[in-house]
Amino acid sequence: MKKLTGAIVATLLASTVVSADPVDDNLVLNDETPIVTRAAAPAHVADALDEVLSGWLFRGTETRAMQADDFDNPGMIFVEQAMETWKTADGTEGKSCSSCHNDIDSMAGVKPTYPKWDAKAGEIQTLQMQMNECRTERMGAEAWGYDKTPAINMEAALSSVSRGMPMNVAIDGPVQSAWELGKEMYYTRTGQLELSCANCHEESYGMMIRADHLSQGQINGFPVYRLKNTKLNGTHSRFKGCIRDTRAETYNPGSPEFIALELYVASRGNGLSVEGPSIRN
Amino acid sequence: MASGVKPRVKVPKQAAAGEVITIKTLISHKMESGQRKDSDGNVIPRSIINRFTCDFNGENVIEVTLEPAISTNPYFEFEAVVPEAGEFTFTWYDDDGSVYDTSKKIAIG
Amino acid sequence: MELTRRSAIILGAGALFAAGLPKQGSAATSEELISAFTGGAEIGAGDIELTAPEIAENGNTVPIAVSSGSAAEILVLAMGNPTPNVATFKFGKLAGSRAASTRIRLAGTQDVVAIAKLDDGSFVQASSTVKVTIGGCGG
Repeated sequence: MKKLTGAIVATLLASTVVSADPVDDNLVLNDETPIVTRAAAPAHVADALDEVLSGWLFRGTETRAMQADDFDNPGMIFVEQAMETWKTADGTEGKSCSSCHNDIDSMAGVKPTYPKWDAKAGEIQTLQMQMNECRTERMGAEAWGYDKTPAINMEAALSSVSRGMPMNVAIDGPVQSAWELGKEMYYTRTGQLELSCANCHEESYGMMIRADHLSQGQINGFPVYRLKNTKLNGTHSRFKGCIRDTRAETYNPGSPEFIALELYVASRGNGLSVEGPSIRN
Repeated sequence: MASGVKPRVKVPKQAAAGEVITIKTLISHKMESGQRKDSDGNVIPRSIINRFTCDFNGENVIEVTLEPAISTNPYFEFEAVVPEAGEFTFTWYDDDGSVYDTSKKIAIG
Repeated sequence: MELTRRSAIILGAGALFAAGLPKQGSAATSEELISAFTGGAEIGAGDIELTAPEIAENGNTVPIAVSSGSAAEILVLAMGNPTPNVATFKFGKLAGSRAASTRIRLAGTQDVVAIAKLDDGSFVQASSTVKVTIGGCGG
């Protein structure tokens, strides 16, 4: 019965299909930083995709232009706020991020490798988890709530200084089992709508879902300034919403399921440039 | 005062006397339209930036009256003549009475 | 398109129907806004350009631009919004051009209208239909 429902939904989706190719356009930030928005698919996904494509290529003309200039990009407002936070002492130790890390520009190269294995902590960490480790263990400050404003702003700031660098998350070694879990989640149909991430983002990218242009669901552009809610959005919050929209029980930001899924989805975009904060619908 | 309100402006550092330059302005403001309802069904009252002015050395460049249909984080792009060296002042007026401002100097060269 | 006063009224009435009966109040308000701006003067076509996307990626943030050679003031209306008034641009002595860009909210597919008061006291109008879509899976 479940399979039949899924098949019916799939047929309905297929019968109302309209397709629109991703645009043939180049992204250069501020006339100086080229962003790789198309790359050869990483080996582990090469059987399913020839090319990996940034979500930027699926957005409208005005949206794409908005992202190309740091002044026009509203996401940069929040990056600026985080850059102030970077220099502000917080916690019992009287330290700011800059006390240890100096200028935030020196953090270039960090974002492209996250989520990653932290040997000392003995776990996979997302960038926000790493920030909170610094805050609680070295600054004597309180951890930031997952995907809440201060955390997502700082993730955007750390991402912004890595723009143009290729995504490069490791998928083997100690992270392998989490990566496998993430991959399994990606391909498993869930919810009343019986949809997996792959149904839309691997099998149907380029098609129109109602009036929205379906992308490959890459996360190289996260955190994302969504026009829909005019604020920065994190990957876990986005996953939560997507799964909720398949009418399934969804997970929480910071959960092990989403850490695994973030690792897997990030690895699907290895080779694309870090783009965040990007602008999407 | 509405929280987290921060103005940003983009003005060239210098211009030739009499040159026309492009100015961009952005202010982080929620622009609560007065159309939304909270979870209890009560209307969230309107609270927006309702006016924006740009002056140069005391002379007006542009004045904008904003209504709730201006998007969150109001953005304006416009052009100004730069007759001499001086300072641009930008002022935003909030429904709640707050006034936010910033300024940028420009040289002739 | 030659816009006579008759056409402007028909356009207003059209907007009334387009906005839907529950929003009956809004078209009357746009009439009032226009007549407050023009003092009832006739609105022609000519020295006013409105740039807006054909399809808005998202109704929350729609980039638009107005431009004119000799406008002293430009009124922008969103004819299908609950309250049609969007912004009024008034150009000062040091304005480099009678032009401005901004980002606006559109509640649904509708006409965006720009009415300019030119330096010579006359009024001109331009309008653009913007399709505002519902996208995706609602997420």
